[in-house]
Amino acid sequence: MKTNKLLVGLLTSVTLVAGAAQAAELSIVSGDTGTGLAFLQSELEIFTEETGHTVTIVPMPSSTSDQFGQYRLWLAAGNADIDVYTTDVIWAPQLADQFIDLTEAAADVVGEHFPSIIESQTVDGKLVAIPGYTDAPALFYRTDLLEKYGKEVPKTWPELHATAQEIMDAERAEGATDLWGYVFQGNAYEGLTCNALEWVNSYGGGQIIEADGTISINNPQAVAALEEAASWIGTISPEGNLAYMEEESRGVWQLGNAVFMRNWPYAYALSNGDDSAVKGKFDVAPLPAGVGEGAKPSGTLGGWNFAVSRYSTEQEAATELALFLGSAESQKRRAIQQNNLPSIQALYQDADVLEAAPFMATWEEIFQSAVPRPSAPAQSNYNEASSLFWSAVHDTLSGNGSAAENLELLEVDLEDLLN
Amino acid sequence: MTTEALRSPAIAQRRGRSELMQQRARAARWFLLPMMIALAVVAGWPLARSIYFSFTDVKLNNLYGAEWVGFANYLQIRTLESGRTIYRGVLADPDWWNAVWNTVRFAFWSVVWETIFGMIVALVLNAEFRGRGIVRAAILIPWAIPTIVSAKMWSWMLNDQFGILNDLGVRLGLLGAPVAWTASPDTAMMAVLVVDIWKTTPFMALLILAGLQMIPKDIYEAADIDGVHPIKQFFRITLPLVRPALMVAIIFRVLDALRIFDLIYVLTPNSAATKTMSVLAQENLFQFDNFAEGSTQSTLLFLLIALFTIVYIWLGKVNFDGGAR
Repeated sequence: MKTNKLLVGLLTSVTLVAGAAQAAELSIVSGDTGTGLAFLQSELEIFTEETGHTVTIVPMPSSTSDQFGQYRLWLAAGNADIDVYTTDVIWAPQLADQFIDLTEAAADVVGEHFPSIIESQTVDGKLVAIPGYTDAPALFYRTDLLEKYGKEVPKTWPELHATAQEIMDAERAEGATDLWGYVFQGNAYEGLTCNALEWVNSYGGGQIIEADGTISINNPQAVAALEEAASWIGTISPEGNLAYMEEESRGVWQLGNAVFMRNWPYAYALSNGDDSAVKGKFDVAPLPAGVGEGAKPSGTLGGWNFAVSRYSTEQEAATELALFLGSAESQKRRAIQQNNLPSIQALYQDADVLEAAPFMATWEEIFQSAVPRPSAPAQSNYNEASSLFWSAVHDTLSGNGSAAENLELLEVDLEDLLN
Repeated sequence: MTTEALRSPAIAQRRGRSELMQQRARAARWFLLPMMIALAVVAGWPLARSIYFSFTDVKLNNLYGAEWVGFANYLQIRTLESGRTIYRGVLADPDWWNAVWNTVRFAFWSVVWETIFGMIVALVLNAEFRGRGIVRAAILIPWAIPTIVSAKMWSWMLNDQFGILNDLGVRLGLLGAPVAWTASPDTAMMAVLVVDIWKTTPFMALLILAGLQMIPKDIYEAADIDGVHPIKQFFRITLPLVRPALMVAIIFRVLDALRIFDLIYVLTPNSAATKTMSVLAQENLFQFDNFAEGSTQSTLLFLLIALFTIVYIWLGKVNFDGGAR
């Protein structure tokens, strides 16, 4: 190991004219969805070429809850093996103490990013992580099927229900027995919190816990939103949807077995792959709005960031890596190859990006309606609060208590937790 | 005089034997020492620390700044200003009792079925037939696959849209429509049980087979000559004689089943219908900011398993030396 390190160091100092600092061996952890890791690997090769530092990827499961548990354990134990963590947008308040402050290192580049995203990664004036890409969900729809039945892209959830039901029934009568109307992320996990927050918010039902800490979830609009969602299960969505995460819903969609899907932009490039049954037959739109007072389209703000561990022995090189992965050049490649949404505003006007992913132009609109999950007001209790929320929603969807009953209980549980 | 003369050799003999025994015991202690140290470091210390944490208000981000809170994590009785009394703590938490009930239910049914199937498999493997060695090896495959791999494999097989089980069921006309085995609360526990039984039956079969092979063949020959019916032979000869091995096998399995984690974590991680004590403790320890509560649950889990083991050994008169008392 030591000699290896030395050798790499020697080689780089010889080859690189601009006196490279001692090459470091870094490790980065990252979850995987679709082809995310393969892309990260190719980025790291460029990084190694530029700086001489070598980087090993430690792959993690795709479920964000699984990753969080493991990272938390490593960080609590002061693990020095991992230098850079790929962090979910909601983790910053919970893990802020364990990452170094990047304010100074990123001083020149923070202005390029969306201010709301930088804000989400800033805890008590400390920049916890550099945004790598952002995420906001979209409604994927089958252009061929909508055209065949002369339907518009639905603007509200009840419209979506009606359109999906009609197409599904007609197609099934014609022999496509595996076709479903709508698939989303319904498993009891963080993804359901994202989905359900969108329903509630789009019906004008607030954002579970408001920025000032008020628990707002128990209201008639939220009840209406969950009742609408519960009516999908078994009609336009398979019952198994209650166990789907991103990849399972993409599986159903990509086999051509769904009219609509709610998913993150990563599914766009994959659905257009050569092995996809829906290649060239779909498009994306903002998610539908609710109905009633205060109804508007809504999307949960997601996204991944790069943070440097406080326990890393190579903090300088690790900071370089985090900055590299969040840089405009890297984000541009990511947008073109992975269709991940850049957190850098200027890239939405970039000709190359728009050519590779024309749908990104519409995302500025989606971003305007994006809603953050209540990780800031809930702070270290966010995960438990989110789990209470998704359990209440999952119970409602599986017919275990009515929406009104479950939300009333949820309110009490959240009060117990946060007060 | 005479009595003394008679007694002294006996005493000397006895004393000599005990000296030898003492010497052997001393040597044994030295031989045990490395093992004891290893156990204390890898099992004793973490256990003690976990129990200690359960009496504090520790947080995962601050493991060394914990303060002693007594039994508050277990149970605290608070009287509100209105005069109403409320109970807080793990022992008053319905989620905990739900997890206990799930765990007990899981352990009971999985062990019952594994014992029945294990016995059948062992009886078949105990018979003489060609290729017995290969079959014996093949049957161990489910047990040899790491749980996380087999759980993931089964979760795809049980998937409602592209799972092979639903496909087969629908093609054969057994199912009207694909069933979401792991998603629906009614079938989630059954799905987990099926996978666990599939996985651990070979282990049970192997332990029972070892017991079966210790039964002398001549007993059966004698029974045959006396014209005892094979079914009567099973209940009168096989079952009583295999009982010691069976009891040990069952306790291994029950201890394993009571701390079930991996299978459920992969198949149905957040379903209230299958959440067991270990899954709940892990969630509180690492997902939520409740390290102390998670430690309390781990401690209770430990106590429950310990209690069960003591009662089982006592009631079942299990003898770990290999024979019934």
